Amino acid sequence: MALQGVEEENQGRDIEAIELDLLLEGVYQRYGYDFRDYGKAHARRRILHRLAMSGLKTIAELQHKVLHDESFFHILLQDLSINTTEMFRDPDFFLELREQVIPVLKTYPFIKIWHAGCSTGEEVYSMAIILKEEGLLNRSQIYATDFNPVVLQSAREAIYPASLMKDHTRNYIKSGGKHSFSDYYSARYDSAILKKSLKENVVFADHNLVTDGVFGEMHLVMCRNTLIYFNKTLQDKVIGLFKDSLISGGFLCLGSKESLTFSAHKEAFNPLVAKWKIFRKKY
Amino acid sequence: MEGGNDRNYDAIVIGTSAGGLDALGVILPAIHTRIPVPILIVQHISASSDSFIVTYFDRLCTLTVVEGSEKAPLLPGHVYFAPPDYHMLVEEDRTLSLSNDEKVNYSRPSIDVLFETASWVFRSRLIGIILTGANWDGAHGLALIGLSKGLTIVQNPLNSAVSRMPEAAIETRKPDYILNLDEIGPLINSLFGLTPTQS
Repeated sequence: MALQGVEEENQGRDIEAIELDLLLEGVYQRYGYDFRDYGKAHARRRILHRLAMSGLKTIAELQHKVLHDESFFHILLQDLSINTTEMFRDPDFFLELREQVIPVLKTYPFIKIWHAGCSTGEEVYSMAIILKEEGLLNRSQIYATDFNPVVLQSAREAIYPASLMKDHTRNYIKSGGKHSFSDYYSARYDSAILKKSLKENVVFADHNLVTDGVFGEMHLVMCRNTLIYFNKTLQDKVIGLFKDSLISGGFLCLGSKESLTFSAHKEAFNPLVAKWKIFRKKY
Repeated sequence: MEGGNDRNYDAIVIGTSAGGLDALGVILPAIHTRIPVPILIVQHISASSDSFIVTYFDRLCTLTVVEGSEKAPLLPGHVYFAPPDYHMLVEEDRTLSLSNDEKVNYSRPSIDVLFETASWVFRSRLIGIILTGANWDGAHGLALIGLSKGLTIVQNPLNSAVSRMPEAAIETRKPDYILNLDEIGPLINSLFGLTPTQS
């Protein structure tokens, strides 16, 4: 990453911070994707990484290119999208889900789950596996959404590098898995293709948490490690969206470092498993 | 952090990997309780670790030691450790944020991520310290702090449990100080006009 250009005066607001705000404003006005309320430190790292790769000198130059070249915007969109995920990531979370949440879900005749910010789908299929093993998958509907069409397409395909299956298997076992993980995929060369039966009750859809609306009457909303990228204003807005999407007594699952402690909607939820950020909407 | 004219620095960042727990065990207890700035630390650690580091150092020193949490405002006299498997970043409003973005220099948390984002915010009013470690994470971040006219300190590689990380930092950009472990705490105190800690 370029080090030049940092020896400017230590006065006034940092120029790059100003340029970043202008870039994100331009992206919003031109393309409708709204990153203005994202945490700026992360966005700036990603943009500077793209800047270093592009051979351009400043974020202002990058802004010009983004506004005039739609294909470059789509590259930037991938940069700003967070796609770190794995199957049964945080196995203890999935164990709690299985032991604390599933017994309640079993009491409903039909179960609706919204997986917001699903990225390439690993956690969606982790959920589908648990539902299947608990005999719930055939009466469940999972809505898996993301703003990034590229990752959604990967999620639909459900093809993952075979090299990751060892880690996924270990996670699956630690999360209380009841079968052999290899039952759920077939390996072809370097790829592992998940079984079709896991996809049957999943609908993948383009949805932007920043600009789009509520999903109705959900029993469970899962959104792990997306809110950490939002500022407080946007976090409050999105948690409000989740609150309005959930039935009374519905479950909200956040990432292990995310919390409702400072949220405007804190009072609407009770913690169920505090350590793993599983909450229940109050009646 | 009101005032601020009577001193030159608003924050301290520290990065270390292999051998870091022992090194921090020398430095943190030596820092004065009334240090008027926050101390942010990345210690490379396995993704599945619990928060034993925080508990350990909170007992060991008189500073308040916590795990960095998202949106936490940075308080003077507080030590913030990056949580396992998350990068820790500093936002323009001087709060922390976390990310589970891809690893940087094979590390999450990464020292470079903390140092770069802290440097953007604190610029010349930042002290960066690289201690013992087995890879080159932090070298770029410390250079950025130096170029932004912050103060840079590297543990003497000859005196480091593992010399690779201090060496990489020194090779990337000459730091203001190369010090033995037991010299770092006293220097920090003196920069803030504090006499050696009573503990």
